[in-house]
Amino acid sequence: MRNIITIARKEIQAYFQSPIAYVLVGAYAAMFGYFFWSLVYFFVRASMQSQMSGRAMPMNLNELVIRNLLGNCGVLCLFMIPMLTMRLFAEEKSRGTMELLLTSPLRDWEILLGKWAGAVTMYTSLLLFSGLNMVFLFAYGKPDWKPLAVGYLGLILQGAAMLALGMFLSSITQSQIAAAFSTFVLLLMLWVFEWMSNMDQNTLTTVLTYMSLLRHNESFIKGVIDLKDTVYYLSVSFFGLFLTARSLESLRYRG
Amino acid sequence: MIQVEGLTKRYARNVAVDHVSFSVEKGQIVGFLGPNGAGKTTTMRMLTCYMPPSEGTAKVAGFDVIDKPLEVKKRIGYLPENPPLYPDMEVGEYLRFVARLKGIPEKEVPGRGEEAARRCSVKDVWSKLIGKLSKGYRQRVGLAQAILHNPDVLILDEPTSGFDPKQILETRDLIRGLGGDHTIVLSTHILQEVKAMCESLIIINKGKIATSGRLDELTRSNGAVLELSAPQGATAEQITSALSAVAGVEKAGAVDDGGLWRVDISTAPGAEIRPQLAQAILAQGWNLYRLDSASLSLDEMFLRLTSAAEEVQ
Repeated sequence: MRNIITIARKEIQAYFQSPIAYVLVGAYAAMFGYFFWSLVYFFVRASMQSQMSGRAMPMNLNELVIRNLLGNCGVLCLFMIPMLTMRLFAEEKSRGTMELLLTSPLRDWEILLGKWAGAVTMYTSLLLFSGLNMVFLFAYGKPDWKPLAVGYLGLILQGAAMLALGMFLSSITQSQIAAAFSTFVLLLMLWVFEWMSNMDQNTLTTVLTYMSLLRHNESFIKGVIDLKDTVYYLSVSFFGLFLTARSLESLRYRG
Repeated sequence: MIQVEGLTKRYARNVAVDHVSFSVEKGQIVGFLGPNGAGKTTTMRMLTCYMPPSEGTAKVAGFDVIDKPLEVKKRIGYLPENPPLYPDMEVGEYLRFVARLKGIPEKEVPGRGEEAARRCSVKDVWSKLIGKLSKGYRQRVGLAQAILHNPDVLILDEPTSGFDPKQILETRDLIRGLGGDHTIVLSTHILQEVKAMCESLIIINKGKIATSGRLDELTRSNGAVLELSAPQGATAEQITSALSAVAGVEKAGAVDDGGLWRVDISTAPGAEIRPQLAQAILAQGWNLYRLDSASLSLDEMFLRLTSAAEEVQ
């Protein structure tokens, strides 16, 4: 356990020692801030119009603002995750520090769990940082906090799965650019599989739709913890970790 | 401390290490010598559990590298050819990270890091970024990383490459000072390095061990140089054939060196046949001017062993 924490701590430090952490925090704050502002602006306009029209309709903050915000966060992941995972192994391999990790008294799974945990922690803190905006919703409105919490849980599960896949792609190359780009393409593919749901139903489209990463987040965003979707995210995470372990093993054999 | 038997590493297209066997006693400093690409690094990587051997066994401190890799790794300090450093970390931060990786208890972590830094004289750059250090300092931080957990066995891959002469001398002193407590295997392709630091030697070429043994035994006398005068009209053939007749002579070569004949004689290592040679010369009625034992220098031995193997191939 201590080994995992040691590696995870080093990964988190590494994000802050390079500009990646600052670029991500800045970009994420700007994008999230814009989404938040535009959705709240739209909500205020709409509620004012409904009051002016004489028949005030009850409008739900959770439904109109928070759901859309969390949905947008899921899409932002597509761009953030490759930046978080690209250096995990590719950098160690190109710098030769892989030799230090692989010749220290650690098991392979401790190395990869540590790296994954570090990346998930970094991602989660970015996500929670965006929660600062939500303070305003609670200050001026009465949103329900439970669906919000479930939505964040869904985003964390989705991120963990994406990070595991990205980590695998980082472990098969020495080039951070190659790792980032292939991760981006893979996540994009897994996203656009969702379009299959609009086509006629056959086995292929059903399977592809089921594989879509973002689709499984819909229930969480609505505030429902769905066992099927939780299992999906956990199994994708496990699959990514498993592939990374195999890739480390092949690295040992090939040198 | 280290027992290696039949160690082999095969890749898809070539055999990097081919049935290598040797053993290293506790406290010894062993030089691993060979031309570039001879299989030194691959052998070291197998000893440090970085990669598994395709065949054969290696034991470090009694633990097998395949069955008990964690035990082996705890007892080994490894400095790869490119020191495994994180340029964005400070030296102190890096050494503390390594200390935790090596499983040193949390409360000893700062102390052990500082002690390793002091022994490798990198204490003065403790809070500098590794990326800003000179090559010599980086190499020494790498060495500090290897000795930090006080391992029984130190494996150093070209520890002095890229140093200036002063740094080379300092590093040699440091490594010699570490011998005794630690068993050290160091690889190099610089012959002076071996002479300066090692007690015994393993020469490896094309993945095979060309020779191994104690340095003084390997370079001990294996021939004679003599100068003699022979009557006018004597030919080189006459002289060589007369001397080749002496028991123990493997090869003799004579050249006319301005009136005196200079003869180089080679024998099996350690054989002493100078009295017999002297008698043979006097029996011919020649005058003997000089009779020395010749020992093969490390450089000659190295060249002979590594190029002989090439001819066979």
